Amino acid sequence: MIKVTDLSKNYGAVEAVKSISFNIQDGEIVGFLGANGAGKTTTLKMMTGYLVPTSGQIEFNDLNIIDDAHEIQKQIGYLPELNPLYMEMRVYEYLEFLAGIRKIIGRQFKEALSRVIEECGLRGVVHKNIADCSKGYRQRIGLAAAMIHDPKILILDEPVTGLDPNQIVEIRGLIKQLGKEKLVFMSSHILQEIQATVDRIMIINQGEIVANGTSDELMSNFMGNVILNMEVKGAAPETIEHIQAKVPSVKFVSLNTSNDIQQIQFEYGKDQDPREDLFRYAVENHWTILKMTPHTTNLEDIFRDLTTESDAHA
Amino acid sequence: MHMHNIRIIYKRELDGYFNSPMAYIFLVIFAVVNGYFFTNTFFLFGQSDLRMLFDIVPLVYLFFIPAVSMGLIAKENNIGTMETISTLPLNTYEFVLGKFLAGFFLILIGLGATAIHFITLASVGTNVDYGAIFSGYLGLALMGAMYTAVGTYASSVTDNQVVAFIIGVFLVLVFYMLDKTLVFVPHSIAGIIQFLAVDYHLSNISRGVIDSRNLIYFFSVIGFFIFLTIQTLEVRRWK
Repeated sequence: MIKVTDLSKNYGAVEAVKSISFNIQDGEIVGFLGANGAGKTTTLKMMTGYLVPTSGQIEFNDLNIIDDAHEIQKQIGYLPELNPLYMEMRVYEYLEFLAGIRKIIGRQFKEALSRVIEECGLRGVVHKNIADCSKGYRQRIGLAAAMIHDPKILILDEPVTGLDPNQIVEIRGLIKQLGKEKLVFMSSHILQEIQATVDRIMIINQGEIVANGTSDELMSNFMGNVILNMEVKGAAPETIEHIQAKVPSVKFVSLNTSNDIQQIQFEYGKDQDPREDLFRYAVENHWTILKMTPHTTNLEDIFRDLTTESDAHA
Repeated sequence: MHMHNIRIIYKRELDGYFNSPMAYIFLVIFAVVNGYFFTNTFFLFGQSDLRMLFDIVPLVYLFFIPAVSMGLIAKENNIGTMETISTLPLNTYEFVLGKFLAGFFLILIGLGATAIHFITLASVGTNVDYGAIFSGYLGLALMGAMYTAVGTYASSVTDNQVVAFIIGVFLVLVFYMLDKTLVFVPHSIAGIIQFLAVDYHLSNISRGVIDSRNLIYFFSVIGFFIFLTIQTLEVRRWK
């Protein structure tokens, strides 16, 4: 289990991470979502012991990252952002190097190597120079490097960024597979990339966690009103504007008339569905309904709202 | 101290040198420059010693060693592998010592290649003073280790190898030039300046006087720059 408490990081006068707290349970796959520069990478760098927090605690079970960095680092597999690799090395040399530092040598290394080759699909490139591998393969090499010691915890910074759609699906599948027995904490700035993979999403914005929950929880917590777009013909303007008197649950938003077609926008609460009432009202007032489309907020909108709102304030 | 980790870092670095053209280019240039200046005068003067070699190597070192060591840490910072390294269960000093030893080993290979001139000397010379040659090589090895430590430090303060090279050349030049400035400094500090100058200690050892003061000088400068390098890397994590 990972427990982060009041974690902050300042770069000079810039507060990159502002007193965030969260827990991650064993066996959970958690997505860490935020725009570029929101503080994701800084948080991960502190969790892996690369950066020292300005204040706050990071605990892995009973160990904390300041006093027991090496003990924690033995249990973590980390894929840094942009996946830095030694291009001049061969794939197995690189993995052998990392395994060596983790004291996995000789037969143990051979076993670990065949395990990660299998898991990450590296067959066929093991003896290649890393520089000669495609981007998709390099990403797998990065993952294999993070997994060579079979860690209980995987921390992945933007693991699918820059891959083509097929590769994204593959890596996602791999992460999901790994998540069955490991704690996986992965970051991304693109919602769709992680929505399909993770059990829980944490959204960070301007160094603060603004949302934390499953997709469904986020939807129900943050979903706003429903916007209803109607296209009608033959509606008298006053019947449109006075609709609230008859159908109190809807609120008139806007009206656009082009030729003799009126495009009307209404708004109503997410728990209501006044479409039948609207239909009857239209019939009574001799409107011809051409189109009626409710637009509910999706996770994408929630993410955009949560991560742009405070940008405007800043 | 974990020799195991130091050895792994050392081995990877050395493989890195030899997996790229870098090591070969360095060694060839080093051999050619030394060879040219040595053989030019060796047969001309007809003296049975390697003094010419021992005079030219410190000059070549001034540029050769910062070039060998410029990438040791700057490159890791530049391509981002420093992050991977820093999140491994590895102590900073193990990393720095592994890097330093790899750079130093390459210098020793370069120095070892000059043994060809020794063989020439041994086969054509008379009354060869083997003791002087031994102490000359010992002095050059110590100087090489010291410059490598300085170069490793220069490589840790920047992400840019060219900048690391320039800083490295500057620092070793300071040590090299110190005793050339003696005539300009007040008498009271001349002693200190002389003690800090690398040439003073090198010439003592080269003359065959292996005094503990000279050894202490080399080892403490090496230790000091290794320490500075470790501190530089540690401080980066707190920024």
